[in-house]
Amino acid sequence: MTRWLIGRTAQAAITFLVAAVLMFFLMRLTPGDPLARLMGDRPMTSEEVATLRGLYGLDQPLPSQFTRFVAGLAQGDLGTSIEYRTPVTTLIRQRLPASLLLGGTVLLLNFTLGVWLGALQAVRLGKPLDRWLSTISLAGFAVPSFWLGLILAWLVGIKWQLLPALGMIDPLLPASAGLGARSLDIARHLILPAFTLSVVSIAATMRYQRTAMIDALREPYVRTARAKGLSERRVIWRHAWRTSLFPVITLFGLWLPIVVTGSVFVEHVFNWPGLGSLTAKAISGRDYPVIMGASLLAASLVVGGGWLTDVAYAALDPRTRRAQ
Amino acid sequence: MLTLVGLVLIAIAAPMLLPDPLAQPDILQGVNQPPGAKHWFGTDQLSRDVLSRVVTGARISLTIAFLAVAVSVTLGAMVGLVAGYWGGWVDAVLMRIVDGALAIPRLFVLLLVVAAWESLPLLVFILLLGTTGWFGTSRLIRGEVLRLKQEPYVRAAEALGAHRIRIVLRHLLPNTAGPLLVAATLGVGNVVLLEAGLSFLGVGVRPPTPTWGGMILDSQEILFVAPWTSIFPGLAIVITVLAVNLFGDALREAVDPRHA
Amino acid sequence: MTAPVLEVRDLRIAFPTRTGDFARPVDGVSFILHRGETLALVGESGCGKTLTSLALLRLVPAPGRIEPGSRLDFEGRDIMGLDADELRAIRGKDIAMVFQDPMSSLNPVFTAGAQIIETIKAHESESTKAARDRALGLLREVGISDPELRIDQYPHEMSGGMRQRVMIAMALATEPGVLIADEPTTALDVTVQAQILEILDRLREIRGLAVLLITHDLGIVANRADRVAVMYAGRIVEEASTRTLFEAPSHPYTQGLLESVPRLTGPVQSLKPIPGTVPDPARWPAGCRFHPRCPKVMARCRAEDPSRLALADGHHMACWLAEETAR
Repeated sequence: MTRWLIGRTAQAAITFLVAAVLMFFLMRLTPGDPLARLMGDRPMTSEEVATLRGLYGLDQPLPSQFTRFVAGLAQGDLGTSIEYRTPVTTLIRQRLPASLLLGGTVLLLNFTLGVWLGALQAVRLGKPLDRWLSTISLAGFAVPSFWLGLILAWLVGIKWQLLPALGMIDPLLPASAGLGARSLDIARHLILPAFTLSVVSIAATMRYQRTAMIDALREPYVRTARAKGLSERRVIWRHAWRTSLFPVITLFGLWLPIVVTGSVFVEHVFNWPGLGSLTAKAISGRDYPVIMGASLLAASLVVGGGWLTDVAYAALDPRTRRAQ
Repeated sequence: MLTLVGLVLIAIAAPMLLPDPLAQPDILQGVNQPPGAKHWFGTDQLSRDVLSRVVTGARISLTIAFLAVAVSVTLGAMVGLVAGYWGGWVDAVLMRIVDGALAIPRLFVLLLVVAAWESLPLLVFILLLGTTGWFGTSRLIRGEVLRLKQEPYVRAAEALGAHRIRIVLRHLLPNTAGPLLVAATLGVGNVVLLEAGLSFLGVGVRPPTPTWGGMILDSQEILFVAPWTSIFPGLAIVITVLAVNLFGDALREAVDPRHA
Repeated sequence: MTAPVLEVRDLRIAFPTRTGDFARPVDGVSFILHRGETLALVGESGCGKTLTSLALLRLVPAPGRIEPGSRLDFEGRDIMGLDADELRAIRGKDIAMVFQDPMSSLNPVFTAGAQIIETIKAHESESTKAARDRALGLLREVGISDPELRIDQYPHEMSGGMRQRVMIAMALATEPGVLIADEPTTALDVTVQAQILEILDRLREIRGLAVLLITHDLGIVANRADRVAVMYAGRIVEEASTRTLFEAPSHPYTQGLLESVPRLTGPVQSLKPIPGTVPDPARWPAGCRFHPRCPKVMARCRAEDPSRLALADGHHMACWLAEETAR
């Protein structure tokens, strides 16, 4: 077990390193000077440009730039934002809680509602409910999140005035408002972005759970459970569903990056003060260190999520747990 | 399937159907007109006909998607075949790189590159979409090749002394065509969404070329007065991607009965 | 012979085919199971014996269904007429099943004890503690040493033979009157096979169980069963006491089966496999279903379906040869 864990961790580290190196070269592959684009966007004196160039080490040859990049990475230094003039790590730390709240809500929705609906589809395999849910979830998969967000913000937020459509906290909320009022306000702001993000992503969980549950329902032990005279509910939700949950754990790791990546568009549209909107703004402002930082974070979540999945799988499945 | 054929036909026939392919402004009718007899989908803030722009957008979006997927499927098949068939250190190195590349969400890969371009030529944009989409495909094809390598007819060909390249081209490639086709179909839907997203962020196809994502970006400011400028291009994306994905699903079931 | 517990009459199971037609893998099966006896249902794979056993608890997998007109009587009660709750009350409680592959037939994520206790609690209002004690007793009864350790183990921690013992313990948990054992030893080593059969036999004697033993292996049947019903292509072609069947097999299919089984006693004979394969349930041959493979085929066999005839008391077969003999 320990050896396996060390091996799996080393593999994750290598993958992340390869990803980081790829990113570095991707940024440098672009023809011309990254700062040239910057000068086109805002007025800058040549001294300023030279300072910036020195600051980002762009005046040095590529190999030494790379060494600098790796050294910074090792120390947890992601550089300084051009736009905000603050370290990228600080920015990320400021924006992370909002993204975690949104991403966490969506994950919770997907893994409760999505798992339940997917399992239900398998139970009603081929029946109208199954077919309708399949079509609806596939349609959700085809919807561009930014478009759905815009339409919802317009309809629910502006036209019907049901829910706030922008930001995370009402700017008019008095500073004296208590914790309860504050939480309620945030929750109201959370509904639309979380719903949007969930609609466009829940299909994956549903389809995965559906397949896993169809497989589980075909297992001989489900037949045994029926032959024992257990109630149909117990057969389905205890015997079939519990075993079908293991493959679905895999998805959890895959969805972890949603916290940063999936929400670029949605956070941008709803002006949610998280990492996604930070990234979206960085794109228009050509704020490379921020884009780089967000990409690195996303990559680390992908790699970390994969690692976590494998470890959780090993820890939870009695077949592997007791096999040591 | 029918929807898909319809979409492609509309996209191809667009210049013949519409007298106004460039979606020129209709100053006489005015800006932000709601859908009506003259402009079925209404007009936008520059008094351009939304229907014409949606249809022209279909041409652009579908062309980009098909070309980009052609690039990525070719690359993916090549890398997958090489890694799977040659094996050894070639396979190890290629798959580590693919692992690393798969760790960066595709959107971020594109953002890292795209954001730096002064003005992105369409061809470069297509190439970028193509070269960032083959990692998963190569994995898939590698797996297929590893399986096919054990097949008696491949072993027989090897025993007969057939050249490696011949084995790859004659025996392995045709047998991976099914999964490749499925990957390509689902890839098209993916690229349509990605391209729309990038154009919406203002880093994809630049105006005035109409793309669905770009149209939604333009409509953002006038959403409250002219929601149709946003609704129709969005619906176009949904219908296209849904049709492509449904087709891909059906294709998968036909190609691989295990998933049926 | 004692009272019948289970009576099956004209059982037909239909599956829709791709062409919109129906396949009948079980097509008119009838037999009676008496208290305290072991009836063996023998046939090649694909003959419909497993489906027959599943039908007894109405567990035929969708989209298959038992056709109307089929009769299943358990102690005078009509199983076909039961609603879901009544059916559930009989499953496991009165009629229990032991399946072929004990690895996949036990749920991998629950311990052996949990699965036995669950069965008890599904039918009786016992406390978990009392149910656990009973489970321990059952494990001991089926010959598991160290039941206190085994009860909290998962199936994958046990050997194949031990898993099958757990399956049997689970099946007997609520003292059923009928035990259906579907190929209970196929997945096991030869030495373990004998042990499992021994246990089944002992329990049958002690508890007065009626056992329906489903198998493709005539070697198992010889020592364990009182009567044998031979199935071919969805029907019972010959039924007789075990002794009669082995000494005087009458149906050409039974004769073929016996010739393909290696014997340890008697003169060494060459094994003769039956040529051809079991036909497809969607396209049963016309006339006698065995005629394409039958060494004694007559013109009549190709056209007419033989009906079931008594050769002697308790010895039936469906073959035109029976009429020839009778004449």
